[in-house]
Amino acid sequence: MKRFIKLVSKAMIIIAGFSVFNATADVLQDIQGRKLIRIAVPQDFPPFGSIGTDLKPQGIDVDMANYIADEMGVKIEIVPVTSANRIPYLQTKKVDLVISSLGKNPEREKAIDFSTPYAPFFLGVFGSKDVEVTKIEDLAGKIVGVTRGSVEDLELEKHAPKSVNVRRFEDNNTTLTAYLSGQVNLIATGNLVATEIAKRQPQRAPESKFMLKDSPCYIGMAEGEVALQAKVNELINKALASGKLNNISMEWLKAPLPKGFGV
Amino acid sequence: MLYFSDLLQYSDVFFSGLMTTVLLTVLTTFLGIALGTSCAAIRQYGNKASQSVVAVYVEIIRNTPFIVQLFFIFFGLPSLGMKLSPWEASMIALTINLGAYSTEIIRAGLGSISKGQMEAAKVLGLSFCQTLTRVIFTPAFEKIYPALTSQCIIVMLGSAVISQISVEDLTYAANLVQSRNFRAFESYFVTALLYLGLSILLRFAFNTVGKRLFAYRSTQ
Repeated sequence: MKRFIKLVSKAMIIIAGFSVFNATADVLQDIQGRKLIRIAVPQDFPPFGSIGTDLKPQGIDVDMANYIADEMGVKIEIVPVTSANRIPYLQTKKVDLVISSLGKNPEREKAIDFSTPYAPFFLGVFGSKDVEVTKIEDLAGKIVGVTRGSVEDLELEKHAPKSVNVRRFEDNNTTLTAYLSGQVNLIATGNLVATEIAKRQPQRAPESKFMLKDSPCYIGMAEGEVALQAKVNELINKALASGKLNNISMEWLKAPLPKGFGV
Repeated sequence: MLYFSDLLQYSDVFFSGLMTTVLLTVLTTFLGIALGTSCAAIRQYGNKASQSVVAVYVEIIRNTPFIVQLFFIFFGLPSLGMKLSPWEASMIALTINLGAYSTEIIRAGLGSISKGQMEAAKVLGLSFCQTLTRVIFTPAFEKIYPALTSQCIIVMLGSAVISQISVEDLTYAANLVQSRNFRAFESYFVTALLYLGLSILLRFAFNTVGKRLFAYRSTQ
């Protein structure tokens, strides 16, 4: 019995020691210590992360992950995640960072911390270059195509002037076809859809006119990792200043970063 | 629980949708029947070449889905430099659709008129046009009138498809309201009732017109 109590108390001391160690541990130091950073990226969400023809992951998030690892001077371990399990992976410390087209919302902010934004993700009005529109008031009297019932449809209804002629189509593809066939010269949609058009029909690549709703992507990390957060923010700011972020956006989104991005 | 009162604030959307459907139906009915009548006359009495042109038109339209015809006109023709507004595109699509179906219906009516009528008119010194308008058309239309009525109602109901190219008709109104308040049952129930009402009205209108057109019967 005595031996058992001793064993239990030893075990408890060890466990307590671990938790103390854990509480003071700094993920940034861990990363530098093991010379390896584990980053969660999507594998089923192009252009952010998908499996390329060479069976390697590719996309904005993958480029961003490689950039972070390079700058930190550590090796990288890419961990493929889905949008449902990316936050649990972070909370259970299976990864150090989540770069997985993660948007910010109050529920997520309670669970994890975020960096500054690294990639644009927004709903906006897009159109051919010859249409002069820079703000929502400019839409007055113009024809805008949109997918009925989508978030952009509701945003447009809320904010656009009454005289705008909104043509609502059944689904995203019909809206795209309406734009590509020239039936509408302005569409309200997401920037990824605009990228898709730019890829399929470069000569009719839509230009971003203004944003309806902005929800950029952030890098996620465990709560309270102040040093890591500062380091990641510093690297993002550096990439923004050097034009690296813009290059990534040009490569994968076929469009420059929106004006005022990250400010 | 049903919430029909949620639709009240959208009554103007439903009303303008209803008006669009009515207006389109009235216009396409007139234009479509006019087109069908001319094509039927050509197919019945025209020369070989014009007969085959009409035959090709009728067969193409009758053997392809309406929505494909509509998409072709709205999304396809702009590549050939012909850009039509959603309204124009649906007017044209509905008219050529009704035109093709009514051609076959009216041709059946023309075919049912005995040759003797034609010959009698000729003997009486009527020109070909006079023969058609004064002798042939009335009994021919009388025979196929119920079929023609049904075809016009089918086209009116089929016009629901034009909401796909963003024409703000009754179905568009229903879809819009449904996408705003998610009251699918209520929106589509009301819309179905409105279409039913429209069909009954259209049939009634056709019957009234028919009674006047074929009034000569009652004097017999």
